[in-house]
This record gives sequence, structure tokens and C-alpha cells, in this order.
Amino acid sequence: MASQHGHSDAHAHGAHGSLKTYVIGFVLSLILTVLSFGCVMSGAVPQHLVMPGIVVFCVAQLLVQLVFFLHMSAAPGQRDNLSIGVFTLLIIAIVVVGSLWVMHNMNAYMIPSSMQMSSGSIG
Amino acid sequence: MFGKLSLSAIPFDQPIIMGTGLVVALLGAALLGWLTFTRKWGYLWSEWFTTVDHKRIGIMYGILATVMLLRGFADAIMMRAQQAMAANDAAGFLPPHHYDQIFSAHGVIMIFFVAMPFVVGLMNLVVPLQIGARDVAYPFLNSLSFWLTASGVVLVMLSMFIGDFAATGWLAYPPLSELKFSPSVGVDYYIWALQLSGLGTTLSGINFVVTILKMRTPGMKLMQMPVFTWTALVTNILIVAAFPVLTVALALLAADRYLDMHFFTNELGGNAMLYVNLIWIWGHPEVYILILPCFGVFSEVVATFSGKPLFGYKSMVYATAGIGVLSFIVWLHHFFTMGSGADVNAFFGITTMIISIPTGVKLFNWLFTMYRGRIRFTLPMMWTVAFMVTFTIGGMTGVLMAVPGADFVLHNSLFLIAHFHNVIIGGVLFGLFAAINYWWPKAFGFKLEERWGKASFWCWVVGFYMAFMPLYVLGLMGMTRRMNHYANPAWQPYLIVAAVGAGIIALGIGFMLLQFAVSIRNRAANRDLTGDPWGGRTLEWATSSPAPFYNFAVLPEVEELDQFWADKEHKRAYKQHQHYADIHMPRNTGAGLIMAAFGTVMGFALIWHIWWLAIVGLVGMVGTFVARAYNTDVDYYVPGAEVEKIERARLVPLHKLIENVDPASAGQKVA
Repeated sequence: MASQHGHSDAHAHGAHGSLKTYVIGFVLSLILTVLSFGCVMSGAVPQHLVMPGIVVFCVAQLLVQLVFFLHMSAAPGQRDNLSIGVFTLLIIAIVVVGSLWVMHNMNAYMIPSSMQMSSGSIG
Repeated sequence: MFGKLSLSAIPFDQPIIMGTGLVVALLGAALLGWLTFTRKWGYLWSEWFTTVDHKRIGIMYGILATVMLLRGFADAIMMRAQQAMAANDAAGFLPPHHYDQIFSAHGVIMIFFVAMPFVVGLMNLVVPLQIGARDVAYPFLNSLSFWLTASGVVLVMLSMFIGDFAATGWLAYPPLSELKFSPSVGVDYYIWALQLSGLGTTLSGINFVVTILKMRTPGMKLMQMPVFTWTALVTNILIVAAFPVLTVALALLAADRYLDMHFFTNELGGNAMLYVNLIWIWGHPEVYILILPCFGVFSEVVATFSGKPLFGYKSMVYATAGIGVLSFIVWLHHFFTMGSGADVNAFFGITTMIISIPTGVKLFNWLFTMYRGRIRFTLPMMWTVAFMVTFTIGGMTGVLMAVPGADFVLHNSLFLIAHFHNVIIGGVLFGLFAAINYWWPKAFGFKLEERWGKASFWCWVVGFYMAFMPLYVLGLMGMTRRMNHYANPAWQPYLIVAAVGAGIIALGIGFMLLQFAVSIRNRAANRDLTGDPWGGRTLEWATSSPAPFYNFAVLPEVEELDQFWADKEHKRAYKQHQHYADIHMPRNTGAGLIMAAFGTVMGFALIWHIWWLAIVGLVGMVGTFVARAYNTDVDYYVPGAEVEKIERARLVPLHKLIENVDPASAGQKVA
């Protein structure tokens, strides 16, 4: 909005995609969604790979939408968005990986004989 | 019909609460009556409540925070009094359940409703002026953010008189905060007050990131921004990154309490430790959200009152950014004792020690700025020096606790309490007081007088050391936090000294309010006619005091750091233009206030399980937003002729005033 300047930068850079990029993004999203459902419902995927499979397809779809719908790229007009996107990824990685590490470590030390801890390994 | 709410929710049997309620009701009625009698409601509504002017929103944040400081401090002094009395056979005057609510409310209020509004208000007041913008990027959103914060305040204050507040500590750790152990509405008040105000804070963060990145005046590169604006940028990025984690953690806790889920319960697979982990992933960046803008304040104050450019501008910027990133990888030091292994504890211990390095860089930069400077010991400078000494002590006790082995001894002891009050009072609060004295003329057009300000300063500093140094000793003697009663007579003398210290701080607060009152009464004598009362270096001092509603008649061109200083040196400042263009400004709107009012209703209804009213609140909130979205009459133009009139009224006498004075020091000599 930046209302009092009366002009908006977003339009000037032609950052909005074409019909082609939207269609590609849409089709890719559909394929990735179908693959996720297939992972669970087809029975073709081994049980222990279902969860990692869904996570991989989910993250892939997230990236597809960022690139094709939100136009994140290395183009000059998109540098700000790209750097903010990279920073966001960094923070998400810290929060997710850090929490998994901390919680796993604590579970291993604090509930060694609990029913929930099947592995019982330490570290 | 009214859910869990009935007349029995009002604690008639608690004389302290009912007495307070009576006083609040009488004072409130007196205020409302006075406003009605003097017919101020229309003025308040059209000039303040509906304003989208960042300066006025900043001032309202400041007033809100000051009122809540009094509430939070009342809690503090009750705790100190209780602990000074309740040794051995004496029980003190606060029953345990009430005492538990008081220490919980004290923490919640001081962090969320004093420090945060003060910091956000300060950024509101100063950032657009420093970057030569006419408002923030989203003025309506800014007004909404403020009123959502006010919603949180209303809920917390209501909890004192209707029902009760959380008795869980300021972070409401489960399993204690779960329905099974806290069946009353206290934790629900906590959840919804923080969700509403947290939403406001997140929106503010987005608003300021966009403002600083997109709305700088022509020519101003990132590395030409004043240091306060840099710290504000990093702080707002931290807000955007960290506050959603708080929102999610509280939402999961709410799901446990309302929908019978088991994220953090003891049974059915819940894990309370996950809540502690999540809340500190938000909580540690939060303390840097508070302190970074204050570091920015000290940078501006030191440079201005030493009459020198800031030493090491670039290192200051990189230190700020470095602290911003590092603040995300230290959170576990808040729960070393929860049971992680040596590898995890060692990692977070080391990162915690590393984060003190950029902070040390800043401290030396301030010292080198002062070195061989022509220092003027005004109030902002006095607060800065007090900060440098006090914060260093607090920082060192913090690094001490970063050693996991030492933390096992000190965790949850009064040593910890002394440490974080040492950095939050000595850092954040002293910084805010420096900022109030420094930017008051820019907000109101006259300087604060110094006599009562100095009295307040000395009371605060002496009172602080008296109140908190004994707590370090008590911590080492083994006293834990949040004790309603204790049986060790050796602790009592220290607690009595601490209570006296709190009393001296009370005098400090009183003198500060007196300073405001006296300054307002004598404002004619302390007017700032130049707009530059201190001989400032940055753009906010280039415009008049108080700044006109459009901030700058002509957007300043920036080619270097400290542009205004250079302009004064080269006698280019205060230029009068032949022609002024029309200025595009946002229109005032009540939509933010109305949305927040519906939000308050929704929060209150959710707390008391009045489901139909909660739906009314939600629909009202969304409906108001939709109505606002369809309103196209949101802006207007200030005619160039009117701008010219306002500018001429300021600049013609100003030029006469500084004709024979060296422009670079015009501000100091005239004022």
C-alpha cells in the first residue's frame, strides 16, 4: 500500500508470473499431492518410508508454490524476497532440527524405560 | 447463557483485591466524569482513538505502558513486602493462591504490557522520522496493532476483579497450566490476553520491516540508516520470526484445555517438555527484541551528547545482526536442568557465551565514542552511563549462568531473578528512560525539566542496586524464586534491604511522574523552537518539534550517514522552498479500535465459555475488517498552500533565531 507515496513498487518490476508459470505450478502441485496420497493409500510404499515420503513431497510442494506462485527467484527485483526466504528457511531449520535434537536427547535421558521409547538409545 | 460466569466469580472475600477494585472504579469514574464534563470525548475520538499517525500511536503506546508499569510495580512491591515479612512463624499478608497470581501477573505485565508497548511505541515515534518517511507502510494496520495490545491489557486487568489470573508463573508451564491442575479461568485469561496482544505485535513487526525496507527517503541506503533504525529493523525481523512460535505454543495449550487434547499433558502421550522448548524458542529472541532497540537508543544518545559520530558504525550494524541470528540458538540455556545430555547442554552453553561477544563490541564502541568527546551530562547521557555499568554486571552474571554446571546450582534461585532484573531494568528500562528524555521534545515540542528527572534517576539507580544485589547473595545462600513463606531466618535481613530498595524505586517512579507533570505545566519555558534541542545528527531533528502530521514538507535527500549534521555544517539545513507539492496522507479510521473491541469481547467470552458471545466477537471482528476492506475513501491530499503556511510559520522565525549562530550548534545554544 505505502499509500502516501502513491505508487507501488510491486507492479513496476513485472514480478507477477505468466499463465504458463501458473499452469506449471498448478500441475506440479497436483502431481505432488497425488504422490503424497499414493504414498499412504496405495500400499506400494513400505511402512517405514511412508512418513519420510509425505514430508519430502510436502516440502517439495512448498518450494514449488514459493517459486511459481510467489515468484521467489534470483532475479534482481526479487533479491529481497529471496534473502528473506533464505532467512526464513534458516530459522525453520533451527527451530525444527533444534527441537528434534533437544527433545530426542531429553527423552532418551529422562524416560529410558517408558513405553513410548522404543529405541532406548542414548544421544 | 453466561457459561462459567456468575456473581461468585468476583472475589468479594479478598479485601486487598476488592479495595483495589474500589479505588480503580472511583478513579476511573472520576476520569470518565472529567472527560464528559470538559467535553473531551469528541476530541479524543477524532484526534487520538482513530488516529493512524505513527507519532500519536507511539505516544498512546507510551501512556499504556506507563499505566501498566504502575500496575506491575504494585505487584512487585507487594511481593517484596510479603517476603520481607513471611519468615518463620509469620505468614505475611498474602495468601498463597493470591501471591502466586501476583508473581505471574507481575512477569506477564512487565514483559508483555510494559516493555513491549514501550519499545513498539518508541519505534513508532522515531523510525519513520529517522528514515524520512511520512508514516509507516500500513497506517491502518498500525492502529489495529495498538488496539489489539490494548485488548490484551483489558483482559489482564479484568482478571483481577472477575475470576482470577494464572497462578503458574509468567510462562504458564504445563502440566501445572493444564486443566487438571489449573481448573479456574486464570490460565485462560493468560492465553487469550497474550494471543490478542501477540497478534498485534506480529502485525507491528511486519509493518516495520516493510516500512524500513521500502519507505526510506530518496538516496538513503541501508548502510546510511541511523543505528536506532538498524536495531529496529533487526528487532522487527525477530518479532516476525519468533512470535508465531509463541502463538502456536499457546494455541496448543488452548487445545489441551478446551478441546481435551494431549499435547502437553502427563498422560496419553503428551509431553510437557515440548511446551518449555517451544516457549523458549520464542522467549530468548524476545529478550533481544526488547534490548536491541535500547542499544539503538544508547547509540544515538552517546553520539549526540559526545558531539562525535558514533565509533564503529559498521561494527555496530554487524553486531546487531549477529545478535539477531545468535539469539535463535541459545534457547536451551533456560532449561539446562530439564535433563538434556552433556552434548546438548555444552552446545547451548557455548552459544550463550558467544552471544555476549557482539554485545561487548557494542559496549566498547560506546566507550570509544565517548573517548575524547565533548560530553554533555544531560539526563539521557546519565541513563546511558548508568546502563553501561549496570548492564555489564548483569551480562557477566548471565555468562556465569551459561556454564551448565554453575546453572545446576543457580537455576530458579534468586540469583537468576537478580540476573534478569539486572539486564532488563539496567538495559531495557534505563534505555527507555533515556529515550523518553531524549525524544520527548520531538513528540511534544518542549523539553523535560532536569531537576525532578535527576531525582528520579538517582532513586532508580540506588533503589535498583539495593533491591537486587541482596538477591544475588540470597540466591547463593540457596533461596529459590516465588516463595510465599520461608523458614530460614538468615534470609530475612537481605529481604528487608531488598524491600527498602523497592521503596526507593517507588520514589523514582513518583519523581518521574512529577517530572512529567512539572514539565507539562512549565512547557512555555522549555519550548523547543528549532526542532533540534540537543544538536542532533539524524533526520528526526531536521523537522519541527513536535513534528507536523506530515513529518517532512519535502522528503529529505540523503547522501551520507548523519545527513542532518552535515547539512548543518554546510549551512544547508532548514531550507525554505518556493513551492510545496500536495502531500498524500492516510485518513483516520476507527476500524482498528472496533476490531480490537470485538476481539476483547471474543477473548472474554472464550475465557468464560460463553460460546454465542465468542461467535458474536469473531463475526464482528471479521465483519469490521471486510467493511474496512471495501472502504475506498482511505486517503486525502494536504494542499501545498497549507503546507507552505505551516512551514513558513516555523522557518521564518527560525531563520531569524539562528542568523548569528553557528548552524552546527544552533540547537544547543538556542535551547
